Amino acid sequence: MAKTLYDKIWDAHAVASSDGDTILYIDLHLIHEVTTPQAFAGLRTSHRPVRRPDRTLAVADHNTPTEGQALGIAGVKDEEARLQLQTLERNAKDNGIEFFPMGDIRNGIVHVIGPEQGRTQPGMTIVCGDSHTSTHGAFGALAMGIGTSEVEHVLATQTLRQKKAKNMRVLIEGTAVPGVGAKDYALAVIGTIGTAGGTGYAIEYAGDAVRALSMEGRMTLCNLTIEAGAKAGMVAPDQTTFDYLMGRPATPKAGAWDMALASWKSYFTDEGAHFDHEVRIDASQLIPQVTWGTSPEDVVAINGAVPDPATFHDEAKRAQVERALDYMGLKPGQRIDEARIDRVFIGSCTNSRIEDLRAAADVARGRKVASHVKAMVVPGSGLVKAQAEEEGLDVIFKDAGFDWREPGCSMCLGMNPDRLAPGERCASTSNRNFEGRQGRGGRTHLMSPVMAAAAAIAGRIADVRDL
Amino acid sequence: MTPFTRLDARAAPFLEANIDTDQIIPKQFLKTVEREGLGRGLFFEWRFDEQGHEKPEFVLNKPEYKNAGILIAGENFGCGSSREHAPWALIDFGIRCVIGSSFADIFTGNCANNGLLLVQLPEAQVQALQSEAKGGNHIFTVDLEQQTVTVPSGASYRFEIDPNLKNKLLKGLDAIGETLQHEGDITTFEDRRKLIQPWVAA
Repeated sequence: MAKTLYDKIWDAHAVASSDGDTILYIDLHLIHEVTTPQAFAGLRTSHRPVRRPDRTLAVADHNTPTEGQALGIAGVKDEEARLQLQTLERNAKDNGIEFFPMGDIRNGIVHVIGPEQGRTQPGMTIVCGDSHTSTHGAFGALAMGIGTSEVEHVLATQTLRQKKAKNMRVLIEGTAVPGVGAKDYALAVIGTIGTAGGTGYAIEYAGDAVRALSMEGRMTLCNLTIEAGAKAGMVAPDQTTFDYLMGRPATPKAGAWDMALASWKSYFTDEGAHFDHEVRIDASQLIPQVTWGTSPEDVVAINGAVPDPATFHDEAKRAQVERALDYMGLKPGQRIDEARIDRVFIGSCTNSRIEDLRAAADVARGRKVASHVKAMVVPGSGLVKAQAEEEGLDVIFKDAGFDWREPGCSMCLGMNPDRLAPGERCASTSNRNFEGRQGRGGRTHLMSPVMAAAAAIAGRIADVRDL
Repeated sequence: MTPFTRLDARAAPFLEANIDTDQIIPKQFLKTVEREGLGRGLFFEWRFDEQGHEKPEFVLNKPEYKNAGILIAGENFGCGSSREHAPWALIDFGIRCVIGSSFADIFTGNCANNGLLLVQLPEAQVQALQSEAKGGNHIFTVDLEQQTVTVPSGASYRFEIDPNLKNKLLKGLDAIGETLQHEGDITTFEDRRKLIQPWVAA
């Protein structure tokens, strides 16, 4: 029977059936400081060992400050954050789990590290106690976010109990105009199907526009799958994938590489495989996309206007739009490119890879951040930072007036000191515009790295194509 | 895990759509290394103003809904971040059951692992329950064995639930213990993978 990519990975990892669940083998378990302390505590209480420390990798990212990392954990001022970071380090050490500590050049955002190190590979099952684990699906892996009880379950058994999801295919076709890319595709998908549109599905992204994306672009696309409600998003591997992986620290070498490659090439959706739902996006019709509201589905094209609640017949929907506009400090029907901004954040597991920084630097080169705007760039890892510095991107950003920081999740969720003040409006390359996400009362507009850079320079939300 | 059998509790209606887990428990409460004590952060920015005073208009701050054990929620409740702190906070606050028309996937799994019952009903029935709760008749009975929600007016709503999940909740079963009964299968799987995919298993 013809199988989808998701079906193939699922079948290859099904260990047994148990009470209506499939026990799914997990190839790679990524862990970080925020969602694991209670899992390790649970293991200690029940005297259970970590089954496969060699299939587990720990990084510190959510709490880490984006300056002064060379001081180590002792230099973290926030006492609770420091305790959480110390707890991760101790748990990793006690259980023989490899750990990239803060300040190590290999450390950074967990979803940047897995691919960068070549740990993320096609056909794998990958989990992490973080919803943006869907990112790794860009390599043709089945990757999903899990809760802390499930983290404990994977640590103890190297498996996860799951029910199989339905298959959805998102076909993105056509050639996009310059200034439009993966982030715009993803926002267009979420705007089309809504934040619950993918609930119960695994999504496969296909079509020539997806094939044309770099690995960084595919990671951005898969990363945002959870914002459409699906736990996993994936792209079948191809030459772009294999070229990215070759020579990375954890990818197979020599003869093992050929063996792996032959296996990886079998991970694609068979002709005629059944999808329960299909969505089509015409990339050639897209212009840059930004969000106006407090849900990632509140998407508008850059030449568009924010909605007017009066035009909604459904009372609940009208109230929802009114609340969002009030929170965002926007007037019904106003053009989105009239919104003046205070802050810019370029970073996060969605958009902090070298290609993202190159694209943003291209916009910033020779220009100045508007005088009323505070803008920051947070590379996704120590290696991304080093690469960017080698290419002189840091100098371009700094000359333009951007703050050049050290790696981590940073202002995507504001667990570290980087956050918005109440009422501040931010052009952000991150993934969530929820109320209070980047700081209580903060107003987030999601967009691509080039659009965020354009906003920094214009001092308002602006079309990068007009610069 | 605490078994869930039957619950008689006040029901509080909070029908905003797309309440994400950042709303349920904001980031500043995620720095704990414990599971307990998160109730103080539940719906923090909805419950408290910037000075830390209770907002009287929020449902869980109204006298008739204080000590609610059941939440009637809007569609797509629990979307966003995978943080299990969301069900931990709900449970610590005293909420053991959420009734709604749809729930996000990761949140659903996290609730199942903590004995928090999610009752999924058609939108019209959720609206009807909301009206009941608003009318002051807000002590509901949730009977998992019978799969019913009964309200004081006598109306009873039957809900569907996966039989395995039902059994797990009724008995408070430990998922890890269940899986470890298949430890032999896991070892066999690993041994086979070592042969066919040595670059992964190494």
